[in-house]
Amino acid sequence: MDYLLAGISVGGQYALIAIGYTMVYGILRLINFAHGDIFMVAGLIMVYATTAMPLYLSIPFVLLVTVIIGVTIERVAYKPLRSAPRMSVMISAIGVSYTLQNIALYATGGLAKVYPTIPFLSNTVKIFGATTKWVTVITPVLTIALVLGLVAIIKFTKIGIAMRAVSKDFETSQLMGVKINRVISMTFVIGSFLAAVGSILYFSNYPSVVPTSGSMPGLKSFVAAVFGGIGSIPGAVVGAFIIGICENLIRAVSIGGVSLTPFSDAFTFALLIVILCVKPSGLFGEKVTDKV
Amino acid sequence: MKKIFAAILCVAAICASFAGCGGSSSSSDTIKIGIFEPASGANGAGGKQETLGVKYAHDVQPTVEIDGKTYKIELVEVDNQSADDKAVTAAAELVNKKVSVVLGSYGSSVSIAASPTFKEANIPAIGITCTNPQVTENNKHYFRICFLDPFQGSVLAKYAWDNGVKTAYTLAELGNAYDLGLASSFKTAFEKLGGKVVAENFPTNQADFTSYITNAKNSGAQAIFAPTSISYAQLIIEAAATQGLKIPLYAGDTWDSNVILAAAKGKDVEINVTTFYQEGGNKEFDDGFKKWLNADSSRLTNNGGNDIVSAVSAMGYDSYFTALEAIKAAKSGDAQKIMDALWNVDYTGVTGQIKFDSVNGDAQRTVAYIKAADNTTGEWKFVKEQGVN
Amino acid sequence: MKILSPADKKKNTVCNLIMFAALIAVLIYIDATSLSVDMIVKVLQKGCVYAIVVVSMNLLNGFTGLFSLGQAGFMLIGAYMYSVFSVDNASREMVYSFSGKPVINFQLPIIVAIILAGLAAALFSFLIGLPVLKLKSDYLAIATLGFAEILRTIIQWDKFGRVTNGSFPISQLNTFKARLADTAFAKMSFVIPFFIVAVICIGIITLMIHSTYGRAFKAIRDDEVAAEAMGINLAKHKMISFVTSSFFAGIGGALYAVFVGSTNAAPFTSALTYEILLIVVIGGIGSITGSILASFLYIASQEWWLRGLDSGTFMGITSPIFRNGFRLVVFSVIIMIFVLFFRNGIMGDREFSSLGIYRAIKNLPGKIAGKFKKSKAEVQE
Repeated sequence: MDYLLAGISVGGQYALIAIGYTMVYGILRLINFAHGDIFMVAGLIMVYATTAMPLYLSIPFVLLVTVIIGVTIERVAYKPLRSAPRMSVMISAIGVSYTLQNIALYATGGLAKVYPTIPFLSNTVKIFGATTKWVTVITPVLTIALVLGLVAIIKFTKIGIAMRAVSKDFETSQLMGVKINRVISMTFVIGSFLAAVGSILYFSNYPSVVPTSGSMPGLKSFVAAVFGGIGSIPGAVVGAFIIGICENLIRAVSIGGVSLTPFSDAFTFALLIVILCVKPSGLFGEKVTDKV
Repeated sequence: MKKIFAAILCVAAICASFAGCGGSSSSSDTIKIGIFEPASGANGAGGKQETLGVKYAHDVQPTVEIDGKTYKIELVEVDNQSADDKAVTAAAELVNKKVSVVLGSYGSSVSIAASPTFKEANIPAIGITCTNPQVTENNKHYFRICFLDPFQGSVLAKYAWDNGVKTAYTLAELGNAYDLGLASSFKTAFEKLGGKVVAENFPTNQADFTSYITNAKNSGAQAIFAPTSISYAQLIIEAAATQGLKIPLYAGDTWDSNVILAAAKGKDVEINVTTFYQEGGNKEFDDGFKKWLNADSSRLTNNGGNDIVSAVSAMGYDSYFTALEAIKAAKSGDAQKIMDALWNVDYTGVTGQIKFDSVNGDAQRTVAYIKAADNTTGEWKFVKEQGVN
Repeated sequence: MKILSPADKKKNTVCNLIMFAALIAVLIYIDATSLSVDMIVKVLQKGCVYAIVVVSMNLLNGFTGLFSLGQAGFMLIGAYMYSVFSVDNASREMVYSFSGKPVINFQLPIIVAIILAGLAAALFSFLIGLPVLKLKSDYLAIATLGFAEILRTIIQWDKFGRVTNGSFPISQLNTFKARLADTAFAKMSFVIPFFIVAVICIGIITLMIHSTYGRAFKAIRDDEVAAEAMGINLAKHKMISFVTSSFFAGIGGALYAVFVGSTNAAPFTSALTYEILLIVVIGGIGSITGSILASFLYIASQEWWLRGLDSGTFMGITSPIFRNGFRLVVFSVIIMIFVLFFRNGIMGDREFSSLGIYRAIKNLPGKIAGKFKKSKAEVQE
C-alpha cells in the first residue's frame, strides 16, 4: 500500500513536468532538456522567496517568475534557431540546462537548500493504514484537475485551436495566419507554470534542493511523455502515473533474495528503450510518416 | 569575423594564463599549506566545514618558528568539485603553487585520485576525514588523522548490538564508496556478533525514500544504518518522520552536521551518529571557533547558517596543527623533510591524540564518540565513548 | 573540400611535415623539461583524452548525423575494461577488500589493455546499436542516454563486485610511468605516450572519413532518403559509424583511467556526455581539427587559465563575485554564445591546414601594406 501511494504521488509530479515536455515537443519537435532545470530553479526561487516575503505571496511569485524564465529561455535560446537544423536547437537546450545548473551552483555555493515547509501540505495524514503527507494525497487530485483545465483550454479557446493547428503542420498554419510566436510563447507559459506547480508539490515532499535536483525527475518525466506517446497530453499523464508506480513497486520485489532496488532508475530507461523499439509512437501517439 | 573572434579568445586566454601564474611567486619566509577540499558537488557542504576548521586554526596560529626565525604560513585553497578527474588537476594546481604539505580531502575517492600526483611531486598529504582504507594503503606520502571505515563500522555494529538490535537494515548510495564501505564494514562486524543485516542501495539523485523506509519496516529491522551524504540524509529523515518510523537511524561521521540537526528538529525520529569530536570536548576551542564564525557572515553561511561546531571542523583544526608540528620537527618548509618528520609526530589535539602507525600512516584511534540528536532543542547530546570491544 | 593543384599538394605536404616536426620538437621539449605534476603536463594529457573522445563523437554526430548521447557509457566500459586488467598485482587484494576475492587476478600490458578496452566498447555498442540505430534523431539521443545510465548501474552493482569492485574505486593502476620506471625514460613527464595514442586514433578516424565509408556517412547525414536511393546500405553504414565511434570512445575512457590513475563509475554520467557534445559544437560540427583545437582550449581554460575566476583574483582584478562556481558560469555563457551566434564553431566544417597558415603568413606583409596604402589613399582624398 505504501508503495502504491508513493507511486501515485510521484506519478502526479512527473505528470506535471511531462506535460511541459510533451507540449513543446508537439509544437517545436524539440526535446526541451532544460525543462527539468526550470523545475529545479522554481524550487530554488521558492527557497529564496520565503526568506523575503510571506508564504501566500511567495507562491504566486514563484509561479510568475518561473513562467517569465521559461518564456525568456524560449526567446533567447530557441527562437533565433528556428530555421536551424534540429540538432542545433537540441544542443542549445542542453547548453541552457548546463547554464541553469551552473548558475544554481554559483548561487547556492554548492550547499543543499532546505525547502520551506508549507503548512497543511506538509502535515501528515493516515489513509488505508499508511502514513503520509497531505501533499501525497493532493498531488494526483490537483494534477488531474489541472490537466482537465488544460484540455479544456486546448479544445475550446482560440489559442488552443491555434496550438493544435501548429502541432499538426507548422508551415501551413503559419500561412493560414496563426501567430506562431504567440502560440509558442503560450506553450512555454503553460509548461513552465505546470513545472512550477510540480516543483512546489515535489519539494514539499522531498525538501532538499540541489542544482542537479531537476535532472532525474526531468529525464523520468520525459520518459513518461515518450511512453504515453509524445505530443499527447493524456498520454503523458497516464505514462507518468505508470512510471511512478512501477519504479516504486520494483523496490518492493526481490528475485531469489537479490534486491532490485539499485535498478529503479535503470528500469525506467529500460522501459523507455523497449517502448521506443516496439512501439515508437507510444500508447496514445499518432503514427508519423516521413515526408521527403 | 569568426577568425578575429577566435584570435581574441586565444589572446584573452593566454593573458589569463600569465595572470594566473603571476600570483604564485613566493618569498622565502613563507611556507604554503594546500587545502584540497570540495567546495561544490556532492560533498561541498562537508568540505566547506572542514576548510573552516583549517582556516580558524590558521587565524589562531598564522606563523611558525624554526630556529629562531618566524615563517608565515600561507593557505592555498583549491576546489576539487567532489569529482575524480577534477581532483587530478586541482592537485596539480596545488603542486604548481609549491605547497609544502596538503590537507584533505573530505571524501575518499577524490583523495585516491589525487594521491599519485602528490606522490610524484613528493609532497605529503594529510587526510582529514577520508575514511576509506585505499587512501593510505601502500602510500608512504598519504597520512590520515581520522579512523577508518572498518573501525567505524565495527563501533556502530557493537553499539547497535549492545542496544539490543538483532536485525539491522543498511541503506547506501550506489556508486558512493564511502557509503558502501561503511555499510559493508558494518555488515561484516554485525554478522560476526550474531546479528542479521538486510542491505539495500539506492541510485544517485534519488529523492523519494518512502519505499526504502517501508522496506526497512517490512524487513523487521530494529535499526536503520544509513551512512549517506548529507543531502540524502535530509530526505531520509523527512521520509522516516512522515511515515512515523519507530526504530532509530544510525549513521557515520557525515551525519554529524548541523544540517541534520535542522532536519531532525521537531520531528519524531531517533538519530545516533559516530563522530570524531563532541562539542563541549574542549571549551576553549568551541568558544573560540564560535566567536570566529560569528565574526563574518560568509563563514556562518559556509557552516550551514549557524554556529554549531561540526566534528569535521575540529578535525580540520587538528590537521593544521599536526602539519605545523611536522614543520617544526622538520625545521624546514621542505616537503620531503616534512614527510619524513610526519611519521614521528605525536600531537594531542582537540579530537584526541594523533600518532601515525608505522605501516600506512593512519592515526591510531581506539574510540569514537557516539551522540544523538535532540529533537526539541536541535542540538547534539553526548551518549558515550564507544570502542570496538 | 577544395581540390589542390599538384604544386599546392606538394607545398601542403611540406608544410604539414614542418608543422608536425615542430609539434614533436615542442612536445619533446615539454616532456624533458617539465615535471610530471606540472599543470601544462596534466592539461596536455587530459586534452589528449578529450580530443580522442570529442573526435569520435564528431564522427558520429558531425559526419554521420546520428545524434547519440551514449559517449559516457562507452568511455565507462573502456575505463573499466582497462582498469580490471591493470591493477597492480601486489595491491589487488587491498583494492578489492570490500568486494571479495577478485575474479581477474593478472595484469595485462598497458597497450593490450587499452586495445581490449576499445574492443569491449565496440562490442557493447554493436549490441546496443542493433535495436537503437533504427530510431530517429531525438529518440536515438534519449535511448543511447538511457543505455549509458543502465550500464553505469550495472557496473556499480555489488553482485559484480568481484570484477568491477562495485561502487568502490579501482586504484593502483598501471601507468606509462610505472611501466618505464627503470628505464632511461623514467624522468620524462609522459605527455608523448598520450599524444601517440591520440594521433593514432584520430589518424584512423581521419582516414576513415576520407575513404568511401566517410563519403557514405556524409551522404547519410545530408539526406538519408537520397543516400538510400543512391544504393548506400543505411543500417550497415550507421552501424559501422556507431561501432567505430564507440571503439575510440572506449580507448578514450581507458586513457582517462590512465590519466586519473584510478577508476570509479561516478564521473561517467550524462553530464560528461553533454560536456563532450558542447566541445564538439565549439570546435565545429564536422571538423576534425576544430574538435582537437577545441578540446585543448576547453581543458586548458577550464583547468588552468580560468581558475582565477573561482579563487578571487583573475587577471589582476580582485572582486567578491569571483567566488566558487563563477568559472562554470562564465563557461556556460561562452558556450551559449557559441551555440547561438557562432553556430559553426571555431572551424565550421572546414579543416585547419598548415598550407593555409603558410599562405596567411606569406600574404600578411602584402595585406598590411595594402591596408596602409588604402588608408593613405583615403587621407589624400
